[in-house]
Amino acid sequence: MIGSFLTALRDGVLIGIKGTGGKVIFPPTEYDPDTAEETSGIVNVGPGAVVTSWGWVSQPLKQHPLAHPFAWALIQPDGADTAMLHVVDAGSESAMATGMRVTATFRPADERIGAMADLVAFVPEEAK
Amino acid sequence: MSDQTYVTSDPRGSITKLDTPSRLEYFFTAGTSLSKNLRGYQRGQFIGQRCPVCSKVYVPSRGSCPVDGVALTEEVELKNTGTVTTFCVVNVPFAGQSIKIPYIAGQILLDGANLSFMGLIQECELEEVRMGMRVEAVWVDKADLVPSLASVKYFRPTGEPDAAYETYQEYL
Repeated sequence: MIGSFLTALRDGVLIGIKGTGGKVIFPPTEYDPDTAEETSGIVNVGPGAVVTSWGWVSQPLKQHPLAHPFAWALIQPDGADTAMLHVVDAGSESAMATGMRVTATFRPADERIGAMADLVAFVPEEAK
Repeated sequence: MSDQTYVTSDPRGSITKLDTPSRLEYFFTAGTSLSKNLRGYQRGQFIGQRCPVCSKVYVPSRGSCPVDGVALTEEVELKNTGTVTTFCVVNVPFAGQSIKIPYIAGQILLDGANLSFMGLIQECELEEVRMGMRVEAVWVDKADLVPSLASVKYFRPTGEPDAAYETYQEYL
């Protein structure tokens, strides 16, 4: 399942999977964490998404994905029922809000290798 | 698109494995005894400590005698020469290797010391290295001395007759 997720990232696509009752889990898991039932049915989600929670990093550390201030955020792509922790590159803390619309940005296609870093960040939708 | 697997049209096919390079950074606090040893490297000297009970000289010293359990206070400067107690010709490449293979890693027992440590042996044919071989330290240029064993470029044979087995047998 991780392989599928990473392969989709290389294609510049976000995928989720259907869990119990048709709930779409993102990122995809092999089992529904609520019911332990096997998941089935990969679906495309995003690239548009909603920030459900966030925290601002004003002084990024060396090991952070961006060198300039950014937000860690729980991000729920359109079509998904769960959120994933990722980066919002919003420029400033004042640009951040719970419920804000963001969209996924990927590395250029010829630089994507099928790894988490293929997904660079989410950016505010109006900025794109 | 199948039900359980994402299908790509990418000619490279599906991702089935990934590399995740990891790195550990840490600070090492040397403590007073090992600091003396490390400062010695910065001056181009081997500094050890002698046990007040058994008189053994530890280089590098960790500040106490593992046999007698007492603190070591007497500082000892050791000579530049020593004996290869045992060795390994390294032919196997491994991650992070900084020396061109094949090379010789030897356990060096400095003259006057009662503890051996590992050192690189150079200026020596692979088939020439042997237990008991006499060696001397070759230091980096004075300007390049640092408070670590990196100040010792390597050990090389002195050409003296081999040390008798009895002189190093208890350090194997």
